[in-house]
Amino acid sequence: MKDIKDTGLLQDEPLIFEQGGEGRKGYSLPRWDVEQVKEEERIPSHLLRKELEGFPQLSEVEVVRHYTRLSQWNFGVDSGFYPLGSCTMKYNPKMNEEVARMRGFAHLHPYQPESLVQGILKLMHGLEGYLAEITGMDRVTLQPAAGAHGELTGMMMIRAALQARGEKRKKVLVPDTAHGTNCSTSAVASYQMVEIKSNEKGVIPPGKVAELMNEEVSAIMVTHPNTLGLFEEHLAEIAEIVHRKGGFVYCDGANLNALMGIARLGNLGVDMVHLNLHKTFSTPHGGGGPGSGPLAVKEELIPFLPVPVIEKEGETFRFDYNRPKSIGRMKAFYGNFGVLLKAYAYILSMGAEGLKRASEMAVLNANYLMTGLKGSYYLPYDRPCMHECVFTDRYQEKDHVSTLDIAKRLIDYGFHPPTIYFPLVVKGALMMEPTETESKEGLDRFIETMIIIAKEAEENSDLLRQAPRKVKVRRLDEVLAARKPKLKWNRDQSQ
Amino acid sequence: MESYFRYIPHTKEDVRRMLEAIGVRSIEDLFGNIPQQQRLSKPLDLPGPLSEPDLLSHMEGLQGTLFSSFLGGGAYRHFIPSVISHLVSRSEFYTAYTPYQPEISQGTLQAIFEFQTLMCQLTGMEVSNASMYDGASSLAEAVSMAARVTGRKKVLLSQAVHPEYRQVIRTYLDAEQQEIVPIPYLKGKGATDERVLAQCLDEDVSAVVIQSPNFFGVVEDFQGVAEKIHEKGGLMVAGFNEAIAYGMLRPPGEFGADIVAGEGQSLGIPLSFGGPYLGIFTTRDKFIRNMPGRLVGETVDLEGKRGFVLTLATREQHIRREKATSNICTNEGLCALMATIFLSCLGKKGLRELALMNLSKVEYAKKTVSQIEDCKIAFSSPTFNEFVLEIRGNPEKVVKNMMTEEILGGLDLVRFYPELDHHLLVTVTEMNTKEEIDRWAEVLEKAMK
Repeated sequence: MKDIKDTGLLQDEPLIFEQGGEGRKGYSLPRWDVEQVKEEERIPSHLLRKELEGFPQLSEVEVVRHYTRLSQWNFGVDSGFYPLGSCTMKYNPKMNEEVARMRGFAHLHPYQPESLVQGILKLMHGLEGYLAEITGMDRVTLQPAAGAHGELTGMMMIRAALQARGEKRKKVLVPDTAHGTNCSTSAVASYQMVEIKSNEKGVIPPGKVAELMNEEVSAIMVTHPNTLGLFEEHLAEIAEIVHRKGGFVYCDGANLNALMGIARLGNLGVDMVHLNLHKTFSTPHGGGGPGSGPLAVKEELIPFLPVPVIEKEGETFRFDYNRPKSIGRMKAFYGNFGVLLKAYAYILSMGAEGLKRASEMAVLNANYLMTGLKGSYYLPYDRPCMHECVFTDRYQEKDHVSTLDIAKRLIDYGFHPPTIYFPLVVKGALMMEPTETESKEGLDRFIETMIIIAKEAEENSDLLRQAPRKVKVRRLDEVLAARKPKLKWNRDQSQ
Repeated sequence: MESYFRYIPHTKEDVRRMLEAIGVRSIEDLFGNIPQQQRLSKPLDLPGPLSEPDLLSHMEGLQGTLFSSFLGGGAYRHFIPSVISHLVSRSEFYTAYTPYQPEISQGTLQAIFEFQTLMCQLTGMEVSNASMYDGASSLAEAVSMAARVTGRKKVLLSQAVHPEYRQVIRTYLDAEQQEIVPIPYLKGKGATDERVLAQCLDEDVSAVVIQSPNFFGVVEDFQGVAEKIHEKGGLMVAGFNEAIAYGMLRPPGEFGADIVAGEGQSLGIPLSFGGPYLGIFTTRDKFIRNMPGRLVGETVDLEGKRGFVLTLATREQHIRREKATSNICTNEGLCALMATIFLSCLGKKGLRELALMNLSKVEYAKKTVSQIEDCKIAFSSPTFNEFVLEIRGNPEKVVKNMMTEEILGGLDLVRFYPELDHHLLVTVTEMNTKEEIDRWAEVLEKAMK
C-alpha cells in the first residue's frame, strides 16, 4: 500500500474515480411499481449508450468521507478572517440557508401557475423594491445570475435604448481601476473600450471624461466606490458630462457595502447599477457561485428590461412577458431564486438601520486596518478609504519579497490572503476588505500578524518565499498546469 | 439591543477605541469624502429589522403550494439523496470564494476537477469547464464560441430547442453580426426536420444547434448529423435540458458533436423556482483556448505532490480583460459540487437504473393516457421522460380544472408554440408513483369534459 503516510488529519485523498469497487452504489431508487421496459424496444439501439465509461462506483459512506475530507482542505468565511478585497466576504447567516431549504421554496417548479406562488412573487417584487430603495433607482430585474451577467444585461439594454433613439454608438469609457469583467463585458456586448486614466488621487478626473466623451460613446462604466476603495468624488459631475452628450452611466455595484443608507447611486447620476447579492447582501459565494447580480435602472431604461418582469395588480402578482422593447432574456426562468430569498431575508433581518450600521462598520474596519498597517506596508493613496484599502509590496522589494510571498505567508498564520495584484493601476497590490462582520480583536490579530510578516521579510525572507508550509499542498506549479493542461482524470494516468 | 447586532460584533467601546486609533472623532468623519449634498439625509424606507424567529415565521408564510406535479420542460423533480444537502452544507465549501489561493482551496479545486471529468464522461466529450450559469446561457455561449472558432455569421437553430434557451441565444447574439435561421420540427414526429436542415446548411453556417432529448422530450437522431455539418465547415452544438437521459442515451460526443451545452439541474439540484441551476459546457481539446469559463487543471506542488489549480486563465476576463472569451466570472460552483456528489452516489449502475425508471414511468403514463378517448400522443418519435399530449378542449381550462384536484397536469404549450394549441407537455419522473399516474389520467379525463 504505497499511499500509507503519516499525514495526520491532512490526509491524502485520491480522486473519486480512484476509489470504490465494481458494483457499489450509494443511492436507492424508489420502488419499482410499473413494468420495467426494455430500453432497446423504445429507443433505437444506435441512440443508446453502452456504459458510463469511467463513472465512479462507491457506497454512501465512501462518498461522504471523500467530500468531507475535501472540505477540510478548504478555507471559508466560517474558517477565519477572509479579507479578500472587492469580494465582501462577510458572514453568511445560517438562518438563510435553512430558509432556502424550506419545502415551499426548494421544491417549487418554475412553471407552477402564478396562483400557487403568490408568496414567491411577492418576495421577489419586495426584494426588487428594497434594492431600488437602497440604490435610489426606479426598477430592478432579478434575472442576472452573477455580477458579470448583470453587467452584460445592462450593456445590452444601453444598446437597445440607443437603438430606440435611432443611434448606434460603438465605444464605452472604462477607467483603469475597473474590474476585469467591465472590460470583457464591453467587448462581449460588441463595444470598443476606451480607457480613462485615474488621477494621482486615485479617482477619475472629469476633465479626462469631457475630453473623451462624444457622440460615439454609449456609456461610461464606473465602479463606485472604486477598486482602490475610494469614493469617486466627481461622479456626479462626470455623469453630467456623459448625459450631456447622450451617453449613459453604468455603475458596477460590487462595492455597495460601503454606501448602504449613506449615499444612493441614483442620486449621483448613475443610470444603472448591478448589485452582487453574494457580496453586499450576505449570500454565500459557494466556492465560485451561485451568485446573483440584479440590475437596478432608471425610469428611461425600464422598457428594455429582460422579460419577464413582475407586476402587482391590486393584491395579485403576475409575470409580464409582453414587453415589446425588452432586450429578451438572459437566462431561463426568473433568476437565481434560491439566492434571492437569502438576500431578501438578510435585508429584513437588518432593516434600514442595520444596513447603515453594516456600511459604517465596514468602513470603520477598513480604515482601522489601513491605520494599523500604514508604517509596515506602502500605502499608495494615503487618504481615508471606504470599505477596503490597497497596500503594495514596495517596502519589501529591497528584501526580494513580493506580494505573492506576503499572501502565502499569511496562510501559514491561518488567514486567507487579501486580493493580490489587483487593481492593476497599483504595482504589487494587496487589496484588503475586512467587512463589518469582523471584530476589533480579529483585526488586531491580523494587523499584528502582518507586522510580524513585514519583520520576517527583513530578517528571514526565506520564510516568506517558502510559504506556505502548513498546508495540504505547497505552492503549485501553475506554469506546468497551463503548458500541459490536464483537465480531467484518465484511467491510464492515475497515480 | 437590536437583533442585527448578532451579525456585527462592534461594541460602543470598540467603536470608540477604533475611531481614536484612526484619529477621527466620529463615524461621520470617516465619510468626509462624500460631499454633504450627496449624502442621504433620511433613513432608507425598508421594513425590519426582524429577529430570527420573527423572520422565520414570515418566510414560512411566503412559501408556495406544492401539488402532485407532471411539470418538466427544463426543470425536473428528481429524488435528491440526503447526502447532498449535508455535504454541501459544510461551510468550508459554501462560504469560500472562487479558489484563487490554491493551497487553501484544494477541496473546491479537486471537486471541480472531478466535476469536469464526470461531465466529459456523461457527454462523451474531451474537456469540460467548471460550469456556466444555466443551460440556456451555456448554450448561448456555445453559439458565440462557434462563431469565434469559425469566423462565420449564421446559426441554424432547431425549433425543438427549449424556447427559453432560444430566446437567450437571440438576446446574447448581436443581431447585426449574426443571423439565426430557425429549423422547424416535423409535425407528427416532434424531431428536427433534417431535410430543411440539409437545405439550409451552407458554408456560412457557424453552428447547428439541436437539443436531445429536445423540448418535447423527443430523442433526436444524431446519426450522421455531425458529418454533414463538418463537410460544410460548421460546428455541431448539442443542447440538452434533462441530464439524466444520458444515463441511457448515447452521448452527443460519440456522434461527433463539437460542443455540448446544457442544464444539469436534474443532477441533485433542487427546483428552487428556476434557479440556481447548473450550466454544463463540454467541447473538444482542440477548442480549449476558445472556451468560455473557468478550468481546473492538475499539477504538482514544490514537493512533487499532486494538486489542482485554476488554469488557462489567459482566456478569462480578469487576465485578458477586453480580449477574453467570455465575461463570466462567478459561475455555479456549489451546484457543480451537488452534481458531482449526486453522480458519485449514483455511480455507473445507479444513473442507468434511474434513467430506465424514468423511461419506464413515462411509457406507463403514455400507455395509460392513450386509453382515454380524447387524448392522443402527439409525436411518434421515441421520448425519454416527457411527451406531448394532444387533448380535446382548451388546455388552459383543463390544467385549471386539474388544479382543483391538486394536480399540475402538464405544461400548456401554446405559450411557446402557437400551433400546439391543444397540447400539454407531460413529464413523468421516478418521483411519480403508479397511483399518482393513474390518478392523473383519471382527473385529466374528467377535466376535459
